[in-house]
Amino acid sequence: MGITRKLAARLTKPKAAPERAPRRGARGRVLVLVATRKGAWLYHGDARRRTWRVDGPHFLGHIISHLMLDPRDGRTLLAAAKTGHLGPTVFRSTDFGRTWKEAARPPAFAKAPEGEKGRVVDHTFWLTPGHASEPNAWYAGTSPQGLFRSEDGGVNWEPVSGLNDDPQYRTWMGGEQDGTPDGPKLHSVIVDPRDASHLYMAMSSGGVHESLDAGRTWAPIVRGLEVVEGFDAENVGFHDPHCVRLCPSNPDRLYQQNHCGIYRLDRPSNEWTRIGRNMPRRVGDIGFPMVVHPRDADTAWVLPMDGTTVWPRTCPDGKPSVYVTRNGGKRWQRQDSGFPESQSWWTVKRQAMCADVLDPVGLYFGTTSGELWGSRDEGERWACLARNLPEIYAVEATALA
Amino acid sequence: MKVLIPTPLLSYTRTREVEAEGGTLSELLADLDRRYPGLRFRIVNEQDGMRPHMRFFVNGEQVFDLERALRPTDAVQLVQALSGG
Repeated sequence: MGITRKLAARLTKPKAAPERAPRRGARGRVLVLVATRKGAWLYHGDARRRTWRVDGPHFLGHIISHLMLDPRDGRTLLAAAKTGHLGPTVFRSTDFGRTWKEAARPPAFAKAPEGEKGRVVDHTFWLTPGHASEPNAWYAGTSPQGLFRSEDGGVNWEPVSGLNDDPQYRTWMGGEQDGTPDGPKLHSVIVDPRDASHLYMAMSSGGVHESLDAGRTWAPIVRGLEVVEGFDAENVGFHDPHCVRLCPSNPDRLYQQNHCGIYRLDRPSNEWTRIGRNMPRRVGDIGFPMVVHPRDADTAWVLPMDGTTVWPRTCPDGKPSVYVTRNGGKRWQRQDSGFPESQSWWTVKRQAMCADVLDPVGLYFGTTSGELWGSRDEGERWACLARNLPEIYAVEATALA
Repeated sequence: MKVLIPTPLLSYTRTREVEAEGGTLSELLADLDRRYPGLRFRIVNEQDGMRPHMRFFVNGEQVFDLERALRPTDAVQLVQALSGG
């Protein structure tokens, strides 16, 4: 396996050294941030990632769609929150959740002219820290679909008008019935570590898109992606990316878990390759999360869900498994050591699986049935870190200095 | 005038009953937001629509119009109609 990785590293040859690529063999303590439908929990790992100290609940009873730590300062936390009845907002902490302060101006669409129906943010779904050269910049993706940017660390948010108000994009964003059961979502906001102006984002539904000018203009990247049978793949609005990830060690490579398969894209090409065709047929290549290795662009993980008949989107046959590729999707290997062997009908949402940056890489995911699982050895063995949490929406792992 | 606050908004006001001023419900909400920053957006959206499940009562009568005129002696109740699990 080591030889394969070295060969792959020579072949991929990233154009420039990425600014935020973690150093090989990075060490440190891992903080796992768990966002749920009823609050947030922080899990502090020991140096060996064997025992975890739980801190929570934070915001008990609030719907937390995403909880992110700013890697640029290592201490600012943003939480995308709402309740079942109160409007959406963003909370900010600079002391690891001991105190929280609400955004002065949370993500909100512009007021519509008199007589016109305006859009209303139902919830902020996705949070992405900005480029390392813009230490106070953040992006947020919302439902219904909108992109917002903060230039003051998440205190004030402004609509990215170049996307939100573009007539063509308004068409592709569709209406409220064109997305997931709790609303269409703009997600997978990605900042190229080499260029603060180079952005990607995805809409479910609505396709994958790229901006080269910091969000002023956008273009779709959907060639090679499949859509549900009977729909026209030429219509960008029919494309349903579930999760897109950029490889920190090679920012020209992206992986995607789509409603219709697993894909890889190597820029400058604009054509995705369905690497999920190489998954075992009985497992399929349907799922929500996509996880990439922090130092090896040939390695990525997925967590397959059942996409047959009425699309249960639970572990196929009730047997949980993670699949890893070590060669860019040519072959996939099953990783299920430590998981229940049967009758486990987990669902794992698109934000609910992630990797840390230590060596070996740690993997984490949370289920909608409230279990948090982790692996300290890149998926070889798994252990349950927590049970009986509310429905888990998002899991993020970060190494603390 | 007196404004009764529902429990989900106590994180803003810390108390169930507060004082605020305004010639209309809209002005009253603006004053509440000045006193308790962030409160208004949790109950009224960016298009000035009342959020689902939030109800506004003036002297016991339900009000749907933010431009409803208010007198200093009116009693305003903000009520959250809980639903779901």
